[in-house]
Amino acid sequence: MYDVVVIGAGIVGGMISRRLARLDLKLCILEKENDVGMGASRANSAIVHAGFDAKEGSLKAKLNVRGSEMMEDIARELDIKYIRNESLVVAFAHERESIRDLYERGLRNGVKGLSILEKEELHALEPHLNPELDCALRASTGAIICPFELCLASVGNAMDNGADLMCNFKVCDIQKTDGGYTVTAADGRSVQTRYIINSAGLYSDKIADMTGDGGFTVHARRGEYMVLDKACSKNITTRSIFHTPTKMGKGILITPSAHGNILLGPTAVDIDDKENRATTPEGFADILAKTGDNMADIPFNQVITSFCGLRAVGDTGDFIIRERDGVVTLGGIESPGLSASPAIAEYVEELLRNAGMNAEQKADYQPRRTSLRAFGEMTPEEKNAVIAKDPRYGRIVCRCEQITEGEIVESIHKNPGAQDVDGVKRRTRSGMGRCQGGFCSTIVLEILARELKLDLTEVTKFGGGSVINYRKTKGGI
Amino acid sequence: MTSVDLVIIGGGSAGMSAAVAAYDAGLRNILLLERGNALGGILLQCVHNGFGLHRFKEELTGPEYAYRYEKQVRERGIPFKLETTVLDITADRVVTAINSEDGIFTVQAGAIILAMGCRERPKGALNIAGTRPAGIFTAGTAQKYINIDGYMPGNEVVILGSGDIGLIMARRMTMEGAKVKAVCELMPYSGGLARNIEQCLHDFNIPLMLSHTVVEIHGRERVTGVTVAKVDERRRPIPETRQYIACDTLLLSCGLIPENELTRSAGIPLDRITNGAQVDQNRQTAIPGIFACGNVLHVHDLVDYVSEEAEIAGRAAAAFVQGKNTAPACEIALRTDGKVRYTVPQRITAEEDVRVYFRVADVYRGVTITVRDGEQMIFSKKKGKVAPGEMESVTLTAAQLSKVKSGCLEFSLCLDEAKGGESA
Repeated sequence: MYDVVVIGAGIVGGMISRRLARLDLKLCILEKENDVGMGASRANSAIVHAGFDAKEGSLKAKLNVRGSEMMEDIARELDIKYIRNESLVVAFAHERESIRDLYERGLRNGVKGLSILEKEELHALEPHLNPELDCALRASTGAIICPFELCLASVGNAMDNGADLMCNFKVCDIQKTDGGYTVTAADGRSVQTRYIINSAGLYSDKIADMTGDGGFTVHARRGEYMVLDKACSKNITTRSIFHTPTKMGKGILITPSAHGNILLGPTAVDIDDKENRATTPEGFADILAKTGDNMADIPFNQVITSFCGLRAVGDTGDFIIRERDGVVTLGGIESPGLSASPAIAEYVEELLRNAGMNAEQKADYQPRRTSLRAFGEMTPEEKNAVIAKDPRYGRIVCRCEQITEGEIVESIHKNPGAQDVDGVKRRTRSGMGRCQGGFCSTIVLEILARELKLDLTEVTKFGGGSVINYRKTKGGI
Repeated sequence: MTSVDLVIIGGGSAGMSAAVAAYDAGLRNILLLERGNALGGILLQCVHNGFGLHRFKEELTGPEYAYRYEKQVRERGIPFKLETTVLDITADRVVTAINSEDGIFTVQAGAIILAMGCRERPKGALNIAGTRPAGIFTAGTAQKYINIDGYMPGNEVVILGSGDIGLIMARRMTMEGAKVKAVCELMPYSGGLARNIEQCLHDFNIPLMLSHTVVEIHGRERVTGVTVAKVDERRRPIPETRQYIACDTLLLSCGLIPENELTRSAGIPLDRITNGAQVDQNRQTAIPGIFACGNVLHVHDLVDYVSEEAEIAGRAAAAFVQGKNTAPACEIALRTDGKVRYTVPQRITAEEDVRVYFRVADVYRGVTITVRDGEQMIFSKKKGKVAPGEMESVTLTAAQLSKVKSGCLEFSLCLDEAKGGESA
């Protein structure tokens, strides 16, 4: 019997798990996919928003501002990249008013470090912007982070502190029992628990129906992105550039990623299918047009990949976070969900305590985790010391991102261990560079097969039926 | 820091040929660095034949061709390091590399030859709409699974792009029991060699859909199909021609990109068309003592020409180290008219016989290749047909070069109207 079961290992589930794992609790994280962070957590703008955007008094506003304040320390503890790169919301002359509105809303939300830039200052700061842009809101607390790392590190840290993780656990039934619940998966596995955290993202409405706390719906809002080669980043920007927001969201951005690529997107289109992560020609066109309004000469011939994420949009306009009968339900955690996640975790703990959960901090709680980036950021002397002990760190597998065999093996064995090619990619960046895995994917496959004792036909791209090799060749042995 | 006369980056056909040529020109203190676990580079996975027709007058497989050079490297005792990746080079020829045995190490090189080869254009760069399931591979990745690992990554295949590797893989996968349903080519002509169209597609009844592209990829976990469409003359898909083809695999053969990250980091200027360094007739880049050859310089059609080019670079690098390089006798820039897309070399600094390689921008029939010095025609040659997939060359003699007055030679194609010259 677990004390707490967290359904959904995205950033929100991960951050909640990490927070609860410091307590003397038996904790289990359930994830329907082959890996953690496979929903909105793996395809978003990766920005820690300052908090001026959400309506004052809302949970979104409160938790965003608090979460944004907490994030830097958490990033340090988890050893993940956090770069306070500032955000700018730019506007044409006819949009001046909304910049002023945002500024004032930000002040009311308690956001620090806001200022308004007039035309001259704006263009002095960002020389590549469309010269017709008239003014901007500058948010000095705006930051960028690696969303994969944030999710992996929070789940990993929870596991290091004793939490269990069960992947491919697709919850299909939840029954109330004496003093708790039985949560059953489609494959027949089941777990008993006292409390449930429903952080199931797009499917939190379905899980809420199972726990008896439903009554809301979550729908998918498609967001398409394009990624540019690192080589062009220096001629674009170091800041996250927004345009004035609309009711569909914060608009299409130009923003660096924490790893130095430029990210263009997201589009915003509501769709019915919660599994449809297809990119569209209309999305590409929309990104071209909207980013073009803010900046001419974006080198679209330097696009190395494009992707689509689905935001979990609720029907209340605000985050739905509530507790009933020992179940904490989190619905509609769309943007600024990532930014708010540390504060959401804090809030969820409070809800559990109000519901009677009683737990002290563990004596051996370890808040720190070392990132897989550690090797890449060492000095040559430090690297040589590592290579001398483990020669696999001297063998480069991914030439574009310069990732070694040692790091790939580490990603497979470090909590939560990579089980598939995309899992290795999100953990190490192997395959994320300009050749997009053309050279290294075959070697990554071999390493996965060796480390997990699988045949090459059994290693997948991202679990399930995403097989890569069907069979041996006629002459294969 | 150790010092080496010549560091060669890349142990494929270019690197090995360059090493042998430099050795034979008298250099002994050479270091050949290869990131793979064997010498030979991409040739090792090219198990089909057709290599070496020009060099050896026989049809070798890729590994056989590579072995001829590996043998020469070994016979001469030229030092090489495998599974060694170069991390950085500087304009003053300091090479930083990493491997399991030496860790991260730096070498001061008397000269450097860049021979890193090229990579395939990935799916992401093509902006194809749709999902991102398993089953999308560049042709070379699939080739490695099949020919090196011995595994089949597909059963029902559509290939986008008719570059040579795509054509070769259409045949290879067919012979392994896969059904190749179509090869789609965006352009109205194939980018591959004519002989590959014949031997890899026609001989196996594989349809080549010219002026077609893949507009959407379907499937959540594994590819389940692709939507293809015909494109108009501006290469935009025509919606009413969309058709769905069920398949589990999409192979991409959409162009090769020279791997010039190190070249850039050393500050060496690149040619915008070739995406390789700008070089003189010795394949010396704008930085003295740094040379480039093979597919890192420009994408070749035949490995025979790679070896030839690498030998030029190897001999010149040896001469540089030995201090035999004389001052430039001239400075002639080679220009093109657009129908000729590029030349290699891009400049000539010596009055000696120079073979200039180039590719054309389109398929043209009935053309005259001309080279002009201002108004003065110094060379012309008639050609029945030229195509982007086949590399062309012109040899300029020392006598012709010594007479150049304008400091510039213009390479152009004249469509021969009398013969009904046309752009196909």
